[in-house]
Amino acid sequence: MKSKKLWSFGLAAVLAVSLLGACSQYSSKSNASGGSMQVIKIATQSPLSGGSATLGEAIKLGAQLALEEQQAKFKKMGFKLQLVPYDDQGDPKKGVSNAQLIGSDDQVFGVIGHLNSGVSIPASEVYEKYAIPMISPASTATEVTDRNLKTVNRVCARDDFQGPAGASYAVKTLKAKKIFVIQDKTAYGQGLADAFKAAAEKLGAKIVGYESITVGEKDFNGVLNSVSSAKPDLVYFGGLYAEGGLIVKQARAKGIDVPIMGGDGLDSSTYVDIAGGAVKNTYLTSVAGDVSKTSEGKKFAENYKNKFRKNVESYSAYAYDAMGVMLKGLENAIKANGGKIPTREQVRDAVRAIKDYKGVVTEVDFDSKGDNKYAKVFIYKFNKAAYPAEQEGEISK
Amino acid sequence: MLTDLIGTLPQVLIDGLTLGAIYAVVAIGYTMVYGILELINFAHGEIFMTGAFIGTSLLFLFTGQGWIHTLPAILILLLAIIAASICTGVLGIGIERVAYRPLRNAPKLITLITAIGISFLLQDIVRFIAELKKGTYIINGPNLFNGQIHIKASSLWPEFHDATLKSSFLVVLLVSIVMLAVLDIFVNRTKWGMAMRAVAQDRETASLMSVNVNKVIAITFFIGSALGGATGVLFAVQYGTIDPYIGYTLGIKAFTAAVLGGIGNIRGSMAGGLILGLIEMFAAANLSGLTGGVFGSEYKDVFAFILLIIVLIFKPEGLFGKAAAEKV
Amino acid sequence: MGKYWIAFVANKSLSGGLFLLYVIVTSIGIYLSQKSIVSFLLLLASLLILYFLQFPDKVKWAAALVILGVVLPFAASHGQSYQSYMDVAVMVGIYVAMALGLNIVVGMAGLLDLGFIAFFALGAYTYGIFTTSQASHFMPFGHYPLSGASFWMFILIGCLFGALFGVLLGIPVLRVKGDYLAMVTLGFGEIVRIVFNNLDKPINITNGAMGISSIAPPELFGIRFIYPSQFYYVVLVLLLIVIYMVRRLERSKMGRAWKAVRENEIAAQAMGIPLVKTKLAAFAIGASFSGAMGVVFAAKQAFVDPTSFTYLESTTILVMVLLGGMGSVPGVILGASIITILNLQVLTEVTNWLNQLSMSGVLKIPDALSPAKMQRFIFGLLLIVFALYRSKGLLPAKNMHYDLEKLARRTHSMDAVPAAGETNKG
Repeated sequence: MKSKKLWSFGLAAVLAVSLLGACSQYSSKSNASGGSMQVIKIATQSPLSGGSATLGEAIKLGAQLALEEQQAKFKKMGFKLQLVPYDDQGDPKKGVSNAQLIGSDDQVFGVIGHLNSGVSIPASEVYEKYAIPMISPASTATEVTDRNLKTVNRVCARDDFQGPAGASYAVKTLKAKKIFVIQDKTAYGQGLADAFKAAAEKLGAKIVGYESITVGEKDFNGVLNSVSSAKPDLVYFGGLYAEGGLIVKQARAKGIDVPIMGGDGLDSSTYVDIAGGAVKNTYLTSVAGDVSKTSEGKKFAENYKNKFRKNVESYSAYAYDAMGVMLKGLENAIKANGGKIPTREQVRDAVRAIKDYKGVVTEVDFDSKGDNKYAKVFIYKFNKAAYPAEQEGEISK
Repeated sequence: MLTDLIGTLPQVLIDGLTLGAIYAVVAIGYTMVYGILELINFAHGEIFMTGAFIGTSLLFLFTGQGWIHTLPAILILLLAIIAASICTGVLGIGIERVAYRPLRNAPKLITLITAIGISFLLQDIVRFIAELKKGTYIINGPNLFNGQIHIKASSLWPEFHDATLKSSFLVVLLVSIVMLAVLDIFVNRTKWGMAMRAVAQDRETASLMSVNVNKVIAITFFIGSALGGATGVLFAVQYGTIDPYIGYTLGIKAFTAAVLGGIGNIRGSMAGGLILGLIEMFAAANLSGLTGGVFGSEYKDVFAFILLIIVLIFKPEGLFGKAAAEKV
Repeated sequence: MGKYWIAFVANKSLSGGLFLLYVIVTSIGIYLSQKSIVSFLLLLASLLILYFLQFPDKVKWAAALVILGVVLPFAASHGQSYQSYMDVAVMVGIYVAMALGLNIVVGMAGLLDLGFIAFFALGAYTYGIFTTSQASHFMPFGHYPLSGASFWMFILIGCLFGALFGVLLGIPVLRVKGDYLAMVTLGFGEIVRIVFNNLDKPINITNGAMGISSIAPPELFGIRFIYPSQFYYVVLVLLLIVIYMVRRLERSKMGRAWKAVRENEIAAQAMGIPLVKTKLAAFAIGASFSGAMGVVFAAKQAFVDPTSFTYLESTTILVMVLLGGMGSVPGVILGASIITILNLQVLTEVTNWLNQLSMSGVLKIPDALSPAKMQRFIFGLLLIVFALYRSKGLLPAKNMHYDLEKLARRTHSMDAVPAAGETNKG
């Protein structure tokens, strides 16, 4: 008897939850039927939980800002724009199942995401099947576009451009002859560090150490001991801000005063929070330009702060531009289709065909693989413990 | 390469001792609970982590109040430690009452599963609270002890390089030693300590000797969790940055330390913790040198696990424990 | 309430008729309103209802096969969400098979294994390495990548590999007592993950953290299985084989030996059960299921990397077993389905719904509390609640009933001790 009661209760609970879930479909349908406007949704997929949540959140908010700014324009064309954020948790399985959900929602015409290359790669196979264009503001692994898929694009630079750019700055400008490389054993960190290492060796520098750390660790004294005994001129770290900040802090505490350089994974305010004063004399290469250098950039940063009460991160600007490109492609597709709602294939091709789009931090022009021809790499230096850093130089293709 | 090894030895020693001290105190929490209940308290790592978060919030509070300028830093730290350990101690008692006591007579499997459940629960609850307050769950505590101390080890023997240590290391070491000493005295010289040892040896007979078993178990949990929480605060002070997932890996390594030293044996856990910390630091610094680049320092976690497996298979009673014959 | 239920179930034509009606209604529901996952869940729940009805076993199995093999894909095929539903169904199938494997180790033999995902990883990486050019980095012979036609062979290889590693893990570990066993298996699971994450030097076997991509999809008579709907049938067939094997094992001498070992090792030894062999068999068989499913997983995802094989995954499968009922086959199937659907569909949908609410300004739920992030919290809560109050799970394992009269008749009709000639009710 008792088990039957518990049973019916359990079943009722499951039903209730699934009804709730189903409500989302019904409410979206009612949204669609509200008025004569057709709904066009753009999804974002980024890690909103997990270690890179700061960056993932920045991507979502930047894309949201861009979308909301253009909602009025699309309303005049008769379309209601909506943002659907998804959390891929940095997990390829979740990214793929979310991609399936996105693909089966026929109101979604594009995806801005992902952050991690390891999630972009399998998820993009799903997007390719459904012909949904994807623009990534942050996936830098070469594999992402090297597969020549029609739907995969990115506005950021590839690892094999960012790494050598950093190497050339390190060897030529900072005159580093002995370099110690540390990487965090993720697809991003390892890809970047390997590209840097290969380029630095080609330029004549000597790699005196190549160690890896684990994401989530807090104590890097072991690796740093190897660093101090190897006495390099520069330390390069391929990885994200959570570990990067700690490495910088602990290195300075050990008396390692040489410049420390990293990639765009360090480009966030949390990096400065964690490292504190130790962040002086560190460099990073980033594919995002400095928003405070142009007037549009400054306006963007202000709008972002007013709306979300948070400061911009590097990826916010990138996601903002990515969404801008996506919407431009959508607009072109609508116009080419005589003002009616286009098909996904049309949007995909229109996005790939974008030429000379001027965003707030970068210009965008996709080549045949989906890479951004205008992707530049900027070198930043931290002279004081404040974010953002100061731009020291830029390297273009 | 050998010169490198010897040269970095003082630094490795110091870093290893820091890490080892933290492992040692957390290991004691595991050992005490296992000694009394024969239960591996999976949630202990998360209690440690909760202590770190409570300590950091208290430090923020103190900094916000401006006390940090009026009182010496060490006093603030002590206040934070005491407050955090009381909180985590109470948390430990609560966990025991809710999740372990009803299952005291159930098969061990079920209690282990409950413990895993609690560890997950704690991780996520702390994450909620941190994210709600700060927007991210990676929290940076205020910097308390930042001075650097240089040890001129090269004056001892020319092969040694100089070592530097943060002054927070001394604080951590001192506080750990004080806690361990106090615990030792408590367990070996007081009446309650004797009661704890009695219940650990034979629960039923102890209850026949008019020892209030439930109370003793509650006290054990309180002390173990309080120590774990205090270590959490020390960890936060030493490394400056915490997140809800530090408990997991540290918990496993501390458990390894406890097993290494002999589970149920408090002094053994202390020794085990220090040994493990030293081995790990040594491996991290020198593994790539020793193996010619084949295995780098990323394998240092694997070290700890392999050590655990080897110890459990070949000498389950640990280095300092006594082999207990299984009576049928 | 109970009386009505018993009366209802006893009246076969009534229950049969209503059940048929229920299935038809829910499948029409899916057919017409594609996006509503309520109908999808209700149709799956029909299988659960089928379990409770009183029909002869063969009829129930036939009905279940018809529903799973024909009704579900057909009803779902009319629209966009088809692949999404099939994707979820494939993942459910994979996890059910793995949970059944863990059920043998934890539920039947009573050995708490917290590193179960390691065998899954082994199977997945084996397939991944050999069907991409990864293998050419270290294999001195052979022509890689192998084509998808070798998928079927690889399922067997995955099975054998899993069993082999299960035995290898088991041999040193079996001397260790219950709680320690958990830690050792946990350590093993983590070691496998870390090793895979780092095995790109000196020889590049697993490509380290970058993972292996573009894994060949399986091929049968020239058809390439790219869509989840095609994988669905593969998984369904495999699942049927697994369930069949598990039920046979459960009723065999080995199954009874496992139960004896679980209850009291020393008494079992006293009864002449070879402890080491029994435990090793449990490990090996459980691991072989996991290995085979790893191969399927790799083929479906077309990409493997070490982040799919963490401690959280092992615990997820443990939750499935515990939730369903340790040692109970239908229970574990139920538990695995609930958890997988919760994880992959329900939580995401509820989050989307809450997001829409907050965007239209109705309700402001802070980001930190969004349900999609609450996976650990829910798991922890489930583990605690079930361990405390319903440690037997949702559908507890039932002992077998033997009809004494039939057995007596058999012993008298034959002079020798009968072979496995028992009947069971339930």
